[in-house]
Amino acid sequence: MKQKKLAAAIALMTAIPFAAQAQVSNNVVKVGVLTDMSGTYSDLSGQGAVVATKMAIDDFIANEKPNFKIEMVQADHQNKADIASNKAREWFERDGVDVATELVTTSVALAVMKVAKEKDRIALVNGTASATITNKECNDVTIHYTYDTYALANGTASALTKQGGKTWFFLTADYAFGKSLESEAAKVVTANGGKVLGSVNHPFPGTDFSSFLLKAQQSGAQVVGLANAGSDTTNAIKQAAEFGITPKQTLAGLLMFITDVHSLGLKATQGMYLTTGFYWDRNDDTRAWSRRFFEKQRKMPTMVQAGQYSSVYNYLKAVKAVNSDDTKKVMDYMKKTPINDFFAKNGRIQANGRMIHDMYLAQVKKPEEAKYPWDYYTIKATIPADQAFTPLKESTCALVKK
Amino acid sequence: MNTTTNNDKNMRLVFGVLFLLGLVAPFVVYPTFLMKILCFGLFASAFNLLLGFVGLLSFGHAAFLGAAGYVCGLLVRDSGLSPELGILGGTLAAGFLGWVFGKLAIRRSGIYFAMITLALAQMVFFIVQQAPMTGGEDGLQGVPRGNLFGFIDLDDNMSMYYLVYAIFCAGFFVIYRTIHSPFGQILKAIRENQPRAISLGYDVDKFKLFAFVISAALSGLAGATKTLVFQLASLSDVHWHMSGEVVLMTLLGGLGTIFGPLVGAATIVTLQNELADKVGSWVTVIMGVIFVLCVLVFRRGIVGEIQALIRRSGIN
Amino acid sequence: MEIFGIPSALLGSQLLIGLINGSFYAILSLGLAIIFGLLNIINFSHGAMYMLGAFVAWIGLTYFEVGYWTSLLLAPVLVGLLGVVLERTMLKQLYKLDHLYGLLLTFGLALIIEGIFRDQFGVSGEGYAVPDALTGLIPLGFMNLPLYRGWVVIAALTVCFGTWYMIEKTKLGAYLRAGTENPQIVQALGINVPMLITFTYGFGVALAAFAGVLAAPVFQVNPLMGSNLIIVVFAVVVIGGMGSIMGSIVTGLGLGLIEGITKVIYPEASSIVVFAIMILVLLVRPAGLFGKS
Repeated sequence: MKQKKLAAAIALMTAIPFAAQAQVSNNVVKVGVLTDMSGTYSDLSGQGAVVATKMAIDDFIANEKPNFKIEMVQADHQNKADIASNKAREWFERDGVDVATELVTTSVALAVMKVAKEKDRIALVNGTASATITNKECNDVTIHYTYDTYALANGTASALTKQGGKTWFFLTADYAFGKSLESEAAKVVTANGGKVLGSVNHPFPGTDFSSFLLKAQQSGAQVVGLANAGSDTTNAIKQAAEFGITPKQTLAGLLMFITDVHSLGLKATQGMYLTTGFYWDRNDDTRAWSRRFFEKQRKMPTMVQAGQYSSVYNYLKAVKAVNSDDTKKVMDYMKKTPINDFFAKNGRIQANGRMIHDMYLAQVKKPEEAKYPWDYYTIKATIPADQAFTPLKESTCALVKK
Repeated sequence: MNTTTNNDKNMRLVFGVLFLLGLVAPFVVYPTFLMKILCFGLFASAFNLLLGFVGLLSFGHAAFLGAAGYVCGLLVRDSGLSPELGILGGTLAAGFLGWVFGKLAIRRSGIYFAMITLALAQMVFFIVQQAPMTGGEDGLQGVPRGNLFGFIDLDDNMSMYYLVYAIFCAGFFVIYRTIHSPFGQILKAIRENQPRAISLGYDVDKFKLFAFVISAALSGLAGATKTLVFQLASLSDVHWHMSGEVVLMTLLGGLGTIFGPLVGAATIVTLQNELADKVGSWVTVIMGVIFVLCVLVFRRGIVGEIQALIRRSGIN
Repeated sequence: MEIFGIPSALLGSQLLIGLINGSFYAILSLGLAIIFGLLNIINFSHGAMYMLGAFVAWIGLTYFEVGYWTSLLLAPVLVGLLGVVLERTMLKQLYKLDHLYGLLLTFGLALIIEGIFRDQFGVSGEGYAVPDALTGLIPLGFMNLPLYRGWVVIAALTVCFGTWYMIEKTKLGAYLRAGTENPQIVQALGINVPMLITFTYGFGVALAAFAGVLAAPVFQVNPLMGSNLIIVVFAVVVIGGMGSIMGSIVTGLGLGLIEGITKVIYPEASSIVVFAIMILVLLVRPAGLFGKS
């Protein structure tokens, strides 16, 4: 008891002089990057996300000259929700971290969002795909920034169906986000006059997909939708080519990153359609930023890594604008301020925490079309922000007033 | 005779000091982190009861930890039960599961025993992953800590810590008593020489099964408590890697020692927590090196080596 | 035509694919069984050795222009040598101890090897093209079989039965079998048993590396490619009867077929069907299908 009183007194005394100039607590904004440094998702986020965060902080200090200090801490959650939850608690309670960010994989994101809500801090979710974050599980301290299952499945499925891919067969990873990818895509397919001929759930993680691919082949569907991710997707693509399924049937990767294409090579992936929130070679701004990233990481950025930079930068801008790291003030400012930078065009954060921005439909180039390293995509269409994501009125988030 | 009383006295002293340490620890060390150590310490101690004192290597103990966590989480979150009932439910469920595992596996020994428990644990993993109410790979999220006995608010980290500490002490006491009871002596006899135990007229299978159920239930107690601490249960708790991790904890701390598993668990949890920030992707390599060193250099584990050192200096 | 309500063309193709996967299981579990038979060690690093085999092939092709066929010989030799070193320096010390320690040591080794490769190469994996001579499809009527997969079955079965022949029918094999039964007597007969053991371990992991090279063009070459395979292969060895050579080969192939059927009936369960079978088998036959109790 005595201790607490003493602490409170010290806090009060130190707070008063600062209150006059800045309300950022201790005059430091602490950004915590909680990501998968060694597991399945470490290529699409991992070290690259840490690098992107550092860039964002350095650029912000150079450009905006804030009157507060910015620190970064990082941790590897090893894809375990309990480690993530423990780390987030420790950061918020003990280390004074203001925002936990990146948070790849759904179980981690959901766990940290809840801790953030309890401790009244902010969670900036980038690597995780699940759309539940801004629907059933939403809360008012979370922003889901880069992409989600809806945006990816929706973009790819509607474009392909409109181009004449009327019959579909799904290869679905047997877990929640595989199934949600499938159901989002299937809805769009039927809405555009297409037909789903069947689907098969494969165990996760799998290695041999030939049995499932044969089912897809026998279904005679024009498009085989890959509702899975990571090594499942890359193995399925590789084996589809082996069994002569492609190019007769078209493959659609519902959750693919540029690192997957890079690892498979253009020969195996050529002609595939996918939706992405960012492509490094889209315009001068994206190229300029991505080349700087490449200097540090020796790889071109994924959309998650680019989104990580943008989300942290815009968070810091909000802190500067409201001159406070108070969660509610920062969240309110971020939700009412449009975002336009090299990553996001027409960006806006909705009431449910969903950051909406233009998404891009990309087709993977043929090997002979690629002129230089990482020259992988042709951007076929821009999906405007208000069509790319779940319409707000359909969100099941309790924060959305109906 | 004299040495045993001396030993007992020493033991009591060690217990007393450690007990006090546990009481003041949350004022020095971050409580959530301590709670994690206590949960895994109990889990490893329960595992050690089986491996260290009966000589049975179960490679499926994650099933008990995880299943109890899910049962407790579901009872508290979806059925609205109080936390103490949730923990009780989880523990009983793990005990029952242990009885089923034991019934099927107990007649086998060595590698076959390990393999059957692994296979059964894989089944549990599959069920947890497939069942509609567990949240699949998203995990069972948002379990409220609630109020203990209706009036102690567990959202307060200190109250939660002392609950976890009480649970740990109770579980640890059960293990200690089991080992030092006549029942425990019979278990040791079975470990040393099973045919002899049989010829002495003991129903060996029954004793083994009983030990297995206790170990499973206590692992479940740890798992259920862990779910309340972190307010979530996830698939990594039921994954076979977790079954491997508990072997590492026990071995590192000292197989068949009283405090070894706790020390091992504390070391591993601390490493995971501290290394996570510093070495990035090298965590697994470092874990691997620890495994190798443990087997090659100090096979008795941390506590086992210390005990051996004390014994040696005592003789000199 | 339908069998059990499944179109026979579908069933036929799934069984064939099951057989192909079974060949991988067979060759991997064969290596494990040989090692267990003589060394009494459950080699948990077998999956890592399989991964190493695939990576040796990939590194060879990418940096040194070593082609597939050379790798098929080179990778097992290199990985086998690594096995020899590990056996001489570490495993050797454990033979008198409980199984547990061998299992833990090799588990630790697997973590180290996989961790290092993960740090160096990331997790996305690397592509390895099918060798030119083996590209193309064989039309079988009910399906088009990639030529390469056909080659996998032939190569794996040749190696498996060649190994079986060597162990069961040659003098070296006789020493090996005798060494398993009674090392003291074999030693007394003037045979260098420690050497025999080292050779066996090297050979066992070389088989894993061979399977890795075979797998490289089919699966993405990935640092984690062996870590999920290993417990399935364990189960195969246990079902076949630990240490039984023929048991591991037959069970490996059989399990592939059963998995194939499961993928038609209940695809979600195809990754755990092996464990269900293991429980059933061990309840009925405690020493496995081919084991001597």
